[in-house]
Amino acid sequence: MDLTLQVWRQASRTADGKFVTYDAKGISPDASFLEMLDVVNEELTERGEQPIHFEHDCREGICGSCGMMINGVAHGPIGGTATCQLHMRHFKDGDNIRVEPWRARAFPIIKDLIVDRSPLDQIIQAGGYISVNTGSAIEANTLPIPKPVQEHAMDAAECIQCGACVAQCPNGAAQLFTSAKVSHLGLLPQGQPERYDRVIRMVEVMEEHFGSCTMYGECEAVCPKEISIDFIARMNRDYLAAKFKNRKEAGG
Amino acid sequence: MMQLMTAAAPATRHVRASWIVEFYRSAIGKKAVMAITGAFLFGWIFLHMAGNLKVYTGAEHYNAYAQFLITMGAPLLPNKGALILVRTLLLIAVWFHIQAATQLTIMNRKARPVGYGERDFVAGTYAARTMRWGGVIILLFVIYHIGHLTFGKLHPDYIEGDVYHNFVTGFQVWWASAIYIIANLALGMHLYHGLWSMFNSLGLNHARFNAWKRAFATGFALVVTLANISFPIAVLTGFLH
Repeated sequence: MDLTLQVWRQASRTADGKFVTYDAKGISPDASFLEMLDVVNEELTERGEQPIHFEHDCREGICGSCGMMINGVAHGPIGGTATCQLHMRHFKDGDNIRVEPWRARAFPIIKDLIVDRSPLDQIIQAGGYISVNTGSAIEANTLPIPKPVQEHAMDAAECIQCGACVAQCPNGAAQLFTSAKVSHLGLLPQGQPERYDRVIRMVEVMEEHFGSCTMYGECEAVCPKEISIDFIARMNRDYLAAKFKNRKEAGG
Repeated sequence: MMQLMTAAAPATRHVRASWIVEFYRSAIGKKAVMAITGAFLFGWIFLHMAGNLKVYTGAEHYNAYAQFLITMGAPLLPNKGALILVRTLLLIAVWFHIQAATQLTIMNRKARPVGYGERDFVAGTYAARTMRWGGVIILLFVIYHIGHLTFGKLHPDYIEGDVYHNFVTGFQVWWASAIYIIANLALGMHLYHGLWSMFNSLGLNHARFNAWKRAFATGFALVVTLANISFPIAVLTGFLH
């Protein structure tokens, strides 16, 4: 299939960027979106031009490296997939495809489609850890966790930190990301000692960099791991509880 | 458990103020304030609508209801005492609702200084996307409405105390009725998103009851809008005269 791409090209953080049009010819419908970009880049390299820079690693939807706005939607038109899992069969021959980097004040463009997502790491540093000894695995049955709770925690833990929630949110908010991290630790017994400190610290760092939530639901719709905005409500509850609870009496 | 000691806490980022100031400084705190003030404003709007339905029981009942609002709480409260109390609370709620919304909007605009060449909404409803301008429309309408039917300054034939007369003659002006209808459509949309969103802002989330939130918001948005819009329409069609 033949496609026309409009790709955001920007040489560096400070350089001015612009959309550049490229033809992608003879693309297999079985190619992933990144493989399609690989084909275009090979041609660009042969012509002696700079290839389109984009981040990628595992190419199977678990590392969270890849991600771009495809026709105005983070990770493209198919739900529950990262850009690497989006296949060209979901496009039509002759389609025009607009490709842009994530846009947020907290995500400055490094080059072309690559952005600096380190503010998400700062949120993790602020509280995304537990203080139990992880030196050796304990006998699983010594720490009983009800199965529904364990599964719910796993739903949150699926977050791969790709930043699509921020990119898609009209407010540039990182609530879905932060709430997933707050919840997956806060739901499990090992996460209880820091539960309320964690939510306050992580939210404070989040609000330094990102916008606030108005419940559009856009983040949930583009999340490659389909993390629910219910976790945002859960984070709000933990945050409000952290502010109002007598923590000496809160217990575990 | 030695790790507990070594997990370094990040340095305090700003000087701690009193907890209530800290709370309102945070975006989640502001959203909670918006939810609580919004819930209060909605409660009042619902009672205002329910009270105004008495217009369908005739001039006598409707004027008696207006008189009751003035003497409500007597003899404990002076004339208009309850009314002034409620109006004060409303002003405070409106102030914080708008202040928080404005501050959050500025925060959100700053979070994405450079927009997209193209963006597509995949889940955000029209109501969710028009909360801010909808809110502005509602505020302008409320100012007009108070000048129109509360103080009569913007009313063609205002008679103090005869609220039924003011109601009918006010809505006989077609463009005044049009303003009410448009503003109440905006209010309906604001409620459709706001009444749902407020539960999430307050962290009220429960797998079993989440579907009820949507039903609650849709139901009350519809009831309030339809009842409020029925008033100008009833006058324009001559049903009330």
